[in-house]
Amino acid sequence: MSKIITNVVCPYCGCLCDDLEVVIEGNKIVETECPCELGSGRFLDLDIATRIRESRIKVDEGFKEAKIDEAIERAAEILASARRPLIYGWSSTECDAIRVGIELAEEVGAIIDNTTSICHGPTILASQDVGISTCTLGEIKNRADLVIYWGCNPMQAHPRHLSRYTFFPRGFFREKGQDDRTLVVIDVRKTDTAKLAKHFLQVKPNYDYELISAFRLAIKGYQVPDSVGGISREKIEEIAKIMKESHFIVIFFGLGVTMSGAKNRNIDNVLSLTRDLHRFTKCVIMPMRGHYNVTGFNEVLTWETGFPYAVDFGRGHPKYNPGETSVIDVLLREEIDVALIIASDPIAHFPKEIAKSLMNVPIIVIDPYESLTTEVASIVIPSAVAGIEVDGTAYRMDHVPLRLRKILEPPEGILSDREILSRILENVKRLKGR
Amino acid sequence: MSEKLNVILITGRTISQGTAREGKKTQNEYVESAAICELDPEDIEKLRVKEGDTVRIETSYGAVIVRVVISTQAPHSGIVFIPMGPWANEIIGPNTDGIGMPSFKSISAEIEAVPDGKILDALALIKGR
Repeated sequence: MSKIITNVVCPYCGCLCDDLEVVIEGNKIVETECPCELGSGRFLDLDIATRIRESRIKVDEGFKEAKIDEAIERAAEILASARRPLIYGWSSTECDAIRVGIELAEEVGAIIDNTTSICHGPTILASQDVGISTCTLGEIKNRADLVIYWGCNPMQAHPRHLSRYTFFPRGFFREKGQDDRTLVVIDVRKTDTAKLAKHFLQVKPNYDYELISAFRLAIKGYQVPDSVGGISREKIEEIAKIMKESHFIVIFFGLGVTMSGAKNRNIDNVLSLTRDLHRFTKCVIMPMRGHYNVTGFNEVLTWETGFPYAVDFGRGHPKYNPGETSVIDVLLREEIDVALIIASDPIAHFPKEIAKSLMNVPIIVIDPYESLTTEVASIVIPSAVAGIEVDGTAYRMDHVPLRLRKILEPPEGILSDREILSRILENVKRLKGR
Repeated sequence: MSEKLNVILITGRTISQGTAREGKKTQNEYVESAAICELDPEDIEKLRVKEGDTVRIETSYGAVIVRVVISTQAPHSGIVFIPMGPWANEIIGPNTDGIGMPSFKSISAEIEAVPDGKILDALALIKGR
C-alpha cells in the first residue's frame, strides 16, 4: 500500500523547496515528484550501499564494529581530554542538532565552524563592514523586474532557483513572469544560466572588483574606461541604464565573487553598489547559499554566541576572528589535537595541505553515509538523515526558517544527530564532573 | 607532442558532482563526475586532445591527472574548470589571505596532455598524500 506525502521540504540545497511529493511503500521511498535531479536523488538514494549501519572504532591497523553506546562513550572521552578540539561541519543537519553542538563546543572549549568558512565567509565579513539590503525570495518572485546573477550558476547548483523564485514564475506585480523581467548574468564562462540571459557579460577572471567599480561610476554618471575586465564601456553603460530604470533589482552572487580576487572586498564593493542604486530605485542582494542549512548554522550560532561562524571557545568565552579562528587557518597552523566532524566531508573539500593536517589528528565522524572523512576517521557514528528520517528546522538562503518533516523511520538502532550529540555532551559533563 | 598551455583554473559545483557527492564518494560515479576538467573546444584543439583523454594540470601547489570533458559552458578559452572535490583540491593552495577563505577559483595553472595518464580514485588520492 503506497502513501503519498505532499509539501515535503527538500534537504539538499539552499533553495529548500517545500513543494515536493514523496511516495512511500512500507518504510521505503519509491518515487518523488521533484523536477530537480539533486533533490530527487537525496530521497531516492536514501538507502544506497554506502549507508553506514554500525558504529566503528579504529584499532591498530583496522576497525572494529562497536555498539553505539561504546562509540559515544569513547568519543566523549577523546573530546573531554582534548587540549584544542575542533568541531566542524553542520551545514547538512538541522538546527536543534546545531544548538546541542554549540553547547558541546563550549563545554570542551572547542573551535566551532561550518562550511561558511569555505563558501560565503567573505560575504558575512563584508555584510558586517558595509551592511546588507536584502529581502525574502517571495518578495523577489512578486516584485523583481531586473534579476542579476553574478559569479554563480544556479542551473547546476540550485536547479529550481530561477523557476521557483526569481525569473520564470509569475508574481503579484509581475503577472507575465519572465516577460516582465530582465535577466543579466555576469560570469567568466557562458554557463547554462548565462544562456538564458538577455544580457551576458563575460568578465575576465579576477576582474569582478573592477567591473563592480565601473558600474558604480556609470550609475553616478562618471566616465568609465573604454574596457573593464573585458566588458566594453557601452555595455557597462547600457546595463547601468537598465539598472536605474528598473523598479526592483535583485543581485544574486556566488562563489565566483567570494573565492577569487579581492574576496571579501569584492563583496564590500557589490554591497556598496546596491547602496548606491538606492539613490535611483530599489535594489536588494542575496548570496547563493549552497547546503540546505548552512544559513541555519549562522543563525543558531549568532543567537548563542553573537557570532555567525568561526567561533573559538578556547578561552571559555566565544571569540570570533576569521583568518585566525576559522577552520582552514587553525588546521594550517596545525593547532588542533582532535576533530569532531558532523554532516560534512572536509577531507574531500579542503585543500590538500589542510586535509593532510586534519588527517594527523583523531577524527570522530557523525554521518549517515561513508565519505572520504569516514575513511580516515578514528570513530564513526552513523546518524539518521535530517529532513527525511528526523524532523527539525532549517533556514533557506533568504533566512526564512522552514520545518523539516520526518517522513520515514530511520534504520533500527540509528539515532539522530541531536540525540548522538546530546549523549556525547552528557558523557563529557560526567567525565568533567559537572 | 603538444605544448603546455597557461590557463586559469576555476573550481565549482556541477549537477553530476552534486548527485555523486551524496554518499557515493568512495564509488566510481564520483571519479566519473569529479576527476574531470571541462575544457573549451579551442583549448582542446591547442592541446591536441579529445574527450576522454587524460591531462595533467599543475599549479604552484601541486599537480593532478584528470580526464578531459568538452565544456558545455563554453566559450571560456584559457579557463579550465574542475568540479569541486579531492582532485581539484590536489592543486588548491591552503592560504586564506587572513580571512579564512582559500582561493578555490581563478588560479594560474599549466595544462598538458599525458597520454594514458593514470587517474587515481578518491581513496587512493587521499591515502597517497
